[in-house]
Amino acid sequence: MGKISSWDWEPGQKTVVKSLSPLEGHEWQEEPYVSPDGETIVAIVKVGDGEFSVRTNDSVWDATFEKIWYPKFSPDGRLAAICQQDMEWVLVADGETMGETTDYIWDTMFSEDGSSIATMYKSMERYGMSVNGEPWENLYENATMPAFTKDGAHTAAVVQAESMAAADLDGFKRGAYTVAVDGEAWKGRYVNIWNPVFNDAGDSLAATCRTTVYAHTIVVDDKPWDETYTQVWEPVFCPKDGGVVAPVRVAGKWGVAKDGKILWEPRYVQCFYLQYSPSGEDLWAVVATSYGQFTACVNNAAWNETWPTVSDLVVSPDGQRAAILASNCNEDFRIVVDGTPWSGTYDMAWPAVFSADSKNVAAKVEKNGRFRILVNGKSFERDFDAVWPPIFNEDGTKVLIRAIENNSYVRIVAEVCNF
Amino acid sequence: MSHIADRIISDVGLESGVAALTTEKIEKVVTRMLKGETGAKLRAYKETCMRCGLCSQGCHYYMSHDADPSYSPVNKATETMYELMDKKGKVSPQRIYEMAQMAYTECNLCKRCAHYCPIGIDTGYIMSQVRRICYLLDVVPQYIRDTAHSHASTMNQMWVKDDEWIDSLQWQEDEARDEFPDLRIPLDKEGADIYYSVIAPEPKFRTQLIYQAAAIMNAAGVDWTMPSHPGWDNSDMCMFVGDYENMGRLKRAHYESAQKLRVKRIVMGECGHAFRSVYDMGNRWLGHKAMPVPVIHAIDFYWELINEGKIKITHQYENPVTIQDPCNIIRGRGLMDKLRDVVHFLCKEVVEMTPNREHNYCCCAGGGVINCGPPFKNTRMTGNRVKAEQLKATGVHDVVIPCHNCHGGIEDIIGYYDLKMHGKFISDIIYELMEKPEV
Ligand code: SF4
Ligand code: SF4
Ligand code: SF4
Repeated sequence: MGKISSWDWEPGQKTVVKSLSPLEGHEWQEEPYVSPDGETIVAIVKVGDGEFSVRTNDSVWDATFEKIWYPKFSPDGRLAAICQQDMEWVLVADGETMGETTDYIWDTMFSEDGSSIATMYKSMERYGMSVNGEPWENLYENATMPAFTKDGAHTAAVVQAESMAAADLDGFKRGAYTVAVDGEAWKGRYVNIWNPVFNDAGDSLAATCRTTVYAHTIVVDDKPWDETYTQVWEPVFCPKDGGVVAPVRVAGKWGVAKDGKILWEPRYVQCFYLQYSPSGEDLWAVVATSYGQFTACVNNAAWNETWPTVSDLVVSPDGQRAAILASNCNEDFRIVVDGTPWSGTYDMAWPAVFSADSKNVAAKVEKNGRFRILVNGKSFERDFDAVWPPIFNEDGTKVLIRAIENNSYVRIVAEVCNF
Repeated sequence: MSHIADRIISDVGLESGVAALTTEKIEKVVTRMLKGETGAKLRAYKETCMRCGLCSQGCHYYMSHDADPSYSPVNKATETMYELMDKKGKVSPQRIYEMAQMAYTECNLCKRCAHYCPIGIDTGYIMSQVRRICYLLDVVPQYIRDTAHSHASTMNQMWVKDDEWIDSLQWQEDEARDEFPDLRIPLDKEGADIYYSVIAPEPKFRTQLIYQAAAIMNAAGVDWTMPSHPGWDNSDMCMFVGDYENMGRLKRAHYESAQKLRVKRIVMGECGHAFRSVYDMGNRWLGHKAMPVPVIHAIDFYWELINEGKIKITHQYENPVTIQDPCNIIRGRGLMDKLRDVVHFLCKEVVEMTPNREHNYCCCAGGGVINCGPPFKNTRMTGNRVKAEQLKATGVHDVVIPCHNCHGGIEDIIGYYDLKMHGKFISDIIYELMEKPEV
């Protein structure tokens, strides 16, 4: 499948699968998934008694399994799923198993180009991660919250590195948790550690932690910041200088600290989902300027209008624009771009998508059980029974719509100028 | 009148915490807390309380201890928060032990007393702020503290590991397929109408509740999902411990896992305190005025399904039942009528307890008291004789209890007072009565 530029961008509509009714002999077919390039639609199907497989367009994997779940398309177009065979589990990509079966795997993650696939991994009650079917050498009592580098070279997870007896308050307070990178545990032990994240190069890792029960802070490569706070949310690396920022709570208000020093004075009722522009010049966030009043914020300047609920902050590739989903407590969704909501409210909305040149914005929305694709606030000419989030072509002049209508799966290339 | 100092119970968490305290440290924490986190409300309560004692009969502990004033809500407030305020935190470490035992184990934060106070003083709120101070002083009963540690480490209250959660859902799905061949527990189904959330005792001990919920969703044709990632546990002992930081972390995980799956609503199982956490405490700590994703209690949801004709039963439950009104969803949410509609739909005969509805007595397990574990079981048993009397007076054997904590608490009371009764979740009854396919 490869690069977006190599996909079929010929404007028009193509029916990829004419009938989505279960194929002959299939007892049932589960909800469909679609590849990024829109050429393939898949679903888990029951092909016999206790036998499952994957339908891809009008054919079916040769292999069958006792159970299949977590189907996910990798960026390179392979379909990865977690499959059970003889009561053991294995990662399967395009019908081929990767590595040996084991007691359990979950949480599939992909490198940026999709060539590497990582999962959480459990064998004989010991926990770790596995990359392309190769498990860590060192396994732990527990492992959670995986992280994977962009290039797929390194994995990390929060691990329980010390045993604790039942209801062992002292053991817990001494610190039983740390981060293991490629299976190697940091030396430091933490009361808790959460949300590990790699920098873009994959050679540094930051996480939220508490060093004592009451001291919350950020740890970078096993070195906690000197400064502690009453609460801290997940950290983000600055692409410009390699520094680390995180939302911190001081005296009941939220602000942002960078490398242990206050960057945004705490004045918000809430502050989370930090995101840097690619240049590292601009720092975006979602904040609550007052109780129940949420909005986006850039460089400590909040947008004027606020909403009861805000999620899914998306920053444009040039870092100058952003979009959020605003709702009235999960109803009446609005797509808000650059501080201004598009007209229309929806029963549900999906995160906005920017074109590579940051000029155009598209989104998937739902109203009355029908689904639409919007570009720059205007709807495609018709709605669908189901649709997947839109994708722009390289120069942002076209948008790919992957949709289901009248029991057919269709792939539409629409021109942005026609919206 | 008895005194808390004369009924001290040994607990590792309280003992080790108090051993590390000094009066100076107490003073510092109390001052910081009273200045930074509480304010006008506590002061107003303290200044307007007339010491009239009308709240006393509101409290099941007071009623069960033959009107011993030590257990009266106003006394609990006076002996803890008001004393800390008067003395500006200059109290001995041993006093903190006593206050912690009182706040964590002799008050269920059930808010019944607030209905009896002529000026509406909410002793439950006062006691929860005492707990917050005790937490910041590191003086918390061992078992509930451990539960909060589990929450912080695994995002669920019973140290359930990520794979164990998924595995128990898949296992229940397998089991249920023997009875309902096409049943699914759809994991991570993006865009589903309903996200079903539970509390960790379900995958750990009460897997039949997941089975039953799946059977009901399946039969009613609901478009639903359950998340494979942490966030699935809606419960919250951090809230009852006073660890508001991790309460916020938990609620974020819960709400965000639902937002990520783009569901319309969360339906939560039959739990009382979790509801308080999602609609009152946790959401507000995060800065939300309401719930960022609506959460519907199971009672509300079953009521909807019944009204839409989506639950079909073959016959009504024959034995007479009584109903436990869980405080957090009755006084807290006003579900008493819907609860009765549902139970009357399912059961032939309902014998009400008196008092009931918003005047119900708490089960004495709530507010995290049952989570304080074996050392304090007797506190719950002697502290709720009135509930035993209430239950016995109904003369029935089955109690409908739509709350996990009430379940544990009332089963204990039934055993202790030898009432020969049995608790049932609503889903136990729906499952028993529902039309099932012939396999
Ligand atoms: S247990 Fe309930 S009635 Fe008794 S003091 Fe606490 S909140 Fe009030
Ligand atoms: S009823 Fe109200 S005013 Fe009277 S003692 Fe109790 S809390 Fe104080
Ligand atoms: S356990 Fe049940 S009765 Fe007791 S406080 Fe909770 S909801 Fe109320």
